[in-house]
Amino acid sequence: MALYTDTVMDHFLNPRNVGSMEDADGVGEVGNAKCGDIMKMYVKIKDNVIEDVRFETFGCGSAIASSSMATELIKGKTIEEALAVTNKDVVNALGGLPAIKLHCSVLAEEALKTAIKDYYDKNGIEYDHTQFPDCDACEHGCHMV
Amino acid sequence: MFVYADNAATSKVSPAVLDAMLPFLKDTYGNPSSLHTMGQKAAEHLLAARESMARHLNCEPKELYFTSGGSESDNQAIISAAKVGARRNKKHIITTAIEHHAVLHTLAQLEREGYTVTYLPVSSTGLVTAEQVKEAITEETCLVTIMYANNEIGTILPVKEIGAVCKEKGVYFHTDAVQAAGHIHIDVKDQNIDMLSLSAHKFHGPKGVGALYVRSGIPITVLINGGGQEKGKRSGTENMPGIMGMAKAFDDACNNIDANAAKVGALRDKLIAGLSKIPHCALNSDPKLRLPGNVNFCFEGIEGESLLLLLDSKGICASSGSACASGSLDPSHVLLAIGRPHEIAHGSLRLSLCEYNTEEEMDYILQEVPKVVEYLRNMSPMWKDLISGKKNFTL
Ligand SMILES: Cc1ncc(COP(=O)(O)O)c(C=O)c1O
Repeated sequence: MALYTDTVMDHFLNPRNVGSMEDADGVGEVGNAKCGDIMKMYVKIKDNVIEDVRFETFGCGSAIASSSMATELIKGKTIEEALAVTNKDVVNALGGLPAIKLHCSVLAEEALKTAIKDYYDKNGIEYDHTQFPDCDACEHGCHMV
Repeated sequence: MFVYADNAATSKVSPAVLDAMLPFLKDTYGNPSSLHTMGQKAAEHLLAARESMARHLNCEPKELYFTSGGSESDNQAIISAAKVGARRNKKHIITTAIEHHAVLHTLAQLEREGYTVTYLPVSSTGLVTAEQVKEAITEETCLVTIMYANNEIGTILPVKEIGAVCKEKGVYFHTDAVQAAGHIHIDVKDQNIDMLSLSAHKFHGPKGVGALYVRSGIPITVLINGGGQEKGKRSGTENMPGIMGMAKAFDDACNNIDANAAKVGALRDKLIAGLSKIPHCALNSDPKLRLPGNVNFCFEGIEGESLLLLLDSKGICASSGSACASGSLDPSHVLLAIGRPHEIAHGSLRLSLCEYNTEEEMDYILQEVPKVVEYLRNMSPMWKDLISGKKNFTL
């Protein structure tokens, strides 16, 4: 069996929404170089809808594929719908990830949430802090799974 | 184009080796322990194979034991010396920080059983000196086990000098020569080697067969009990096709060792020169004091597994010491031991060549690797921080 599913390979070889965004409304960066993966997500939000999204990733094949898939899952969705996207949704949409790579999908969920949190913070919007990853915890990314 | 540049992981069985193996699957399939003619014919070939390999290593045929490969040979050599040590109340072993896991995990098991192990630090090019070994030897030392050449960065260690120190101090010296055998000259007598491991699949022999040289007089601990093959030291019906293939492969490799080293070394140097032009990269280990076929670079700002997968999609088979590529959380212990920080070690690429590689293949690698590195850097937030000056370059 190949290490990755065809969907993972497709998103890795042809990543969707890759790049940076000049006028992003929210930016989230998680992971760290020491662990070997960093994900950065940019969101453009209009009327409570994720109008556009971009990602940049330093990491393995599944990190790049997870980022790409996460952007697809939230593009055009309301903020509430986007916040409801979990790492499991990313894994399922990819047709599965090897157990040792599951943390990549966690990172993708965290990057996305951190970008939305940044949008809230920048615009002075009230939110439930428990809904968002604790940034200190991001440092421990490589000890997950 | 398809380019196999992962020969340190394993190599293809050469056509001549395959031809040497087939008769022992098809016609002369007898068990060398059988008394009938076909069995005895197999036994004669087994003896000839042992003699041929012993000649190339400069040892006696009776000092050579056939095993299932490098890992088994490493395990048996280390455990044998450790058991001798325990009987004399000597339970200290010296090794390096850059050994293969077949050595490191065997030593970890011995540590759990009460042995102490000294892991000698290596230089920035992966070297230890005989002087370091000399200083580490104590009254309790029963074994020095130091690899002949490193599988990741290709460093060739000063085995002869280390062996001389061990001889002088009366300590057994084992060397894991899995990456060296068939690629650089080995002479166990001249190089003061007491025990040596090798594996056929690294020099165009088949997988799952190897050899252990043990100087006569050193007591061997049996790991596999049974019918008493290999003079009772390693039971199990001999892997005749495998052993015949290994002996042929070793004969071919040793007979052509200088010509192959010159050819492969030239390809290696071409790759090193070309890849060095990529900005913010570094060659791991010494440019010259390395295996003829080993090229290993770190590229800042990218991760090795994604580099490998992209190269694979272009038909290039390579390898990396990144955590993801090795299926663990930490990047290669070898790259960390030569002082590469984690984030740099994650971005490593090993290309390992053999005499079947061509100039055209090197040109193709040199055309594709820079493109793939640039592509990954362009999507890397870490690279952005580096070029914008937010973070400082390491390389
Ligand atoms: C240095 C070294 N030692 C030991 C081994 C293990 O050999 P084998 O795969 O034959 O068990 C290898 C290769 O995998 C190696 O490169």
